[in-house]
Amino acid sequence: MIPQRTATSSTVTLHVNDTAHTVTVDHRTTLLDVLREQLDLTGSKKGCDHGQCGACTVLLEGRRANSCLLLAVAHDGAHLTTVEGLGDEERPHPLQQAFHERDAFQCGYCTPGQIVSGVGMLCEAAEGHPSHATPGSVLQRATGAPAELDRDEIRERMSGNICRCGAYPHIVEALEDVTEQTLRRTDGAARRTEGVSA
Amino acid sequence: MAVDDTTTRTDATAQRVLGSPALRREGRAKVTGTARYAAEHTPPHCAYGWPVAAAVPRGSVTGIDDGEALALPGALAVLTHDNAPRLGEPDDPTLRLLQSPRVPHRGWYVALAVGETLETAREMARALRVSYAEEPHDSLVSADHPELYHPEQANGGYPGDRETGDFDAEYAAAAHRFDLTYTLSPLHNHPMEPHAATAVWEGGHLIAYDSSQGATLVGQTLAALFGLDPKQVTVVSEHVGGGFGSKGTPRAQVVLAAMGARHTGRAVKVVLPRRELCSVVGHRAPTIQRLRLGARDDGTLAALGHEAITHTSTVDEFVEQSAVPSRVMYGADGIRTGHQVVALDVPTPSWMRAPGDASGMLALECAMDEVATELGIDPVELRLRNIPEREPDSGKPFSSHHLADCLREGARRFGWERRDPRPATRRDGHLLLGTGVAASTYPVLVAPSTASVQALGDGSDPSYHVRVNATDIGTGARTVLAQIAAEELGVPLDAVRIDVGSSDLPTAPLAGGSSGTASWGWAVHKACRELRESGGSIVTVDTTSDVQSLEEYARHAFGAVFAEVAVDTVTGEVRTRRLLGVFAAGRILNARTARSQFIGGMTMGLGMALTEHSSLDPALGGFVEKDLAGYHVPAHADVPDIDAHWIEEHDPHLNPVGGKGIGEIGIVGTPAAIANAVHHATGRRYRELPLTPDRVGVLLVE
Repeated sequence: MIPQRTATSSTVTLHVNDTAHTVTVDHRTTLLDVLREQLDLTGSKKGCDHGQCGACTVLLEGRRANSCLLLAVAHDGAHLTTVEGLGDEERPHPLQQAFHERDAFQCGYCTPGQIVSGVGMLCEAAEGHPSHATPGSVLQRATGAPAELDRDEIRERMSGNICRCGAYPHIVEALEDVTEQTLRRTDGAARRTEGVSA
Repeated sequence: MAVDDTTTRTDATAQRVLGSPALRREGRAKVTGTARYAAEHTPPHCAYGWPVAAAVPRGSVTGIDDGEALALPGALAVLTHDNAPRLGEPDDPTLRLLQSPRVPHRGWYVALAVGETLETAREMARALRVSYAEEPHDSLVSADHPELYHPEQANGGYPGDRETGDFDAEYAAAAHRFDLTYTLSPLHNHPMEPHAATAVWEGGHLIAYDSSQGATLVGQTLAALFGLDPKQVTVVSEHVGGGFGSKGTPRAQVVLAAMGARHTGRAVKVVLPRRELCSVVGHRAPTIQRLRLGARDDGTLAALGHEAITHTSTVDEFVEQSAVPSRVMYGADGIRTGHQVVALDVPTPSWMRAPGDASGMLALECAMDEVATELGIDPVELRLRNIPEREPDSGKPFSSHHLADCLREGARRFGWERRDPRPATRRDGHLLLGTGVAASTYPVLVAPSTASVQALGDGSDPSYHVRVNATDIGTGARTVLAQIAAEELGVPLDAVRIDVGSSDLPTAPLAGGSSGTASWGWAVHKACRELRESGGSIVTVDTTSDVQSLEEYARHAFGAVFAEVAVDTVTGEVRTRRLLGVFAAGRILNARTARSQFIGGMTMGLGMALTEHSSLDPALGGFVEKDLAGYHVPAHADVPDIDAHWIEEHDPHLNPVGGKGIGEIGIVGTPAAIANAVHHATGRRYRELPLTPDRVGVLLVE
């Protein structure tokens, strides 16, 4: 399809959770508002609209991103994974299940962002991305070997997602429960988090 | 003394429904993103509202030019004091929105732009030309402000000033006198879900999805404002993204959405921008607290004076009741507690988690630590020596009082007996290490509620439907109320269906004051008992007479918080290494969700001690730290492992369910425990919170 454009709107195709959506978007509209207001995918939350809280976290081409800071018009053809794409109530993602069992939330408003961020974070660690909490110098850290995720690593890597209910200790426990191996065994999640850019 | 340990609990009571760590009923919906919050209901042809905040600190609107805004494609309407629907007189004057040109403070809403889309409404708000007659303003409270006055009452209906015994004489004669002043900045609730509402009029019936801590009160308020019978209003608060007090009273979003919907004939959605919350949803008012303690050689108090100075707005009088916990905690022959307040050109303060107790106990418990240090008495022991027989202010007996058990059990778990009391003696490289303790308290509150229960199915496979307009703001209200019903009906938890979160359900009080579970649970318990005893099919009850006939007791939850900190001598950064809380809060009804509430409260207390700071701009008026980049709530990396435990407390004088309320006590005590640990680490007393690197670092190099 040839994108239709006016001075103030464009038609773009967004691949959200493996489904293509062709939508006409106001050039001022963020990815988050397209998800919430046009596609009725309200799992991604708007906490601050400023990239400060992480409640809107989605995976964009497999990487964590604050969808409130991204304009939809600039993402024609992009592949997104939202919390709805990780699992559903009948077949939750292992991290969704772990959040439930560990009581890693109270009000639940930051939770989808925490979970999507957690899935992205586990992949980053598996690919050897270092963090501020990784021991050693910058060069020593950047070996590409999978990062060992102790609690300080998890806390550091999850610090872009704010939880005002104070569920952090339980979020750490939930992330510890879901190891990289578990993620890879779960074919749906592995495909979605590794293969979205293919 | 029995101590509940949630991780190793294997005793027989774990088999019971009530007290068991049942999973949250809405948990699956929340983790998969299907739980819908107030802004996530989009009726057909829904329009969007964007509020316009006053850009002057005081004055009045002299003109609003909406020509450019209304010329934008998709513009629907601009509501101002000239054309907005006239409202009935609200009980809460902060809801007198768009009724007059008066601007009482920066950020007060002066208009609402309504457009076909969110982007249009926002652009309209930007394009509005509002002119003002600005007046001189005053936004800073001080201990010598000439307009300070003694209010009749502080928040909660407490008398403003109280005195028992002769404070002046006792203080003058005391062997050891301490005169200490603690300063606390304003604090903001900042729930993760901003205040949001979607309103639609269907005929004469108003339907509002609102982010609220109590849909019954919102419905009643909207009915009064719009001249409706309460039956003509339905307010739904099914899932609420936190509130911490800021959604306890109806707020601007639902009134603006309803006005916009009436004016345009469309459904209208209004989400308050994060940066505007500090101006319109309440805040914890700043306090300047003077503590005067007169102690005997053995550390027992002869005199206790606690005088709190705070601000309110010119719109409404709200007085943070910071001196009230000193009427409860410690026995002294002379006790003077009082409040002074000044009405400034500032946003109206309101409830923030444990109003009065969180701020007041910071001052009292830091002062107690100073007494302990000066007199060479262990801080745990000092508190044990000062626990009163009866509530000092009222003389009433306590319904139960297990502060001593909390202190002793906490000390045992924390390893307190190995503590070297000398300050500034533990180093780990460039870090100084220290530990501290503080007590916690929060009153037991309960309000009348109604509830209904209906028997479903046949006798061989009974199930029940409980209906009550409780609100689940993250506490797990659905889950624990279902547990209460299942326990009383003698059925498995999954045989109970429960509906909460709509004003069409039996009326109920709000989720606030740590009173929700006690209030709703009492009604659910009563309904289930009457159904079981009557053998009928449906029962609706009201607990008004039960609540009114409560015996005369002083009812309070207590706790003890222990903290270990590391203070960086280079940067001044304070990091919490360990936090431990032990609480006595009556019967714990769900071990899993209770633990989350305690930990969550303690985390907010950590923020109060170390990261959360706000201020009013003396030149421009209004708050400076408006959003989450300026106002620092704790992030993952700020929060260590936190242990929360509780004493198994059986109090027969509460309510049939036996819980005291747990939503707020976790924040109380935590800031003082951390501040006292910082003293133990550094040998320096910091009496102005939060303990940010700029403050701590500067004092360390002096």
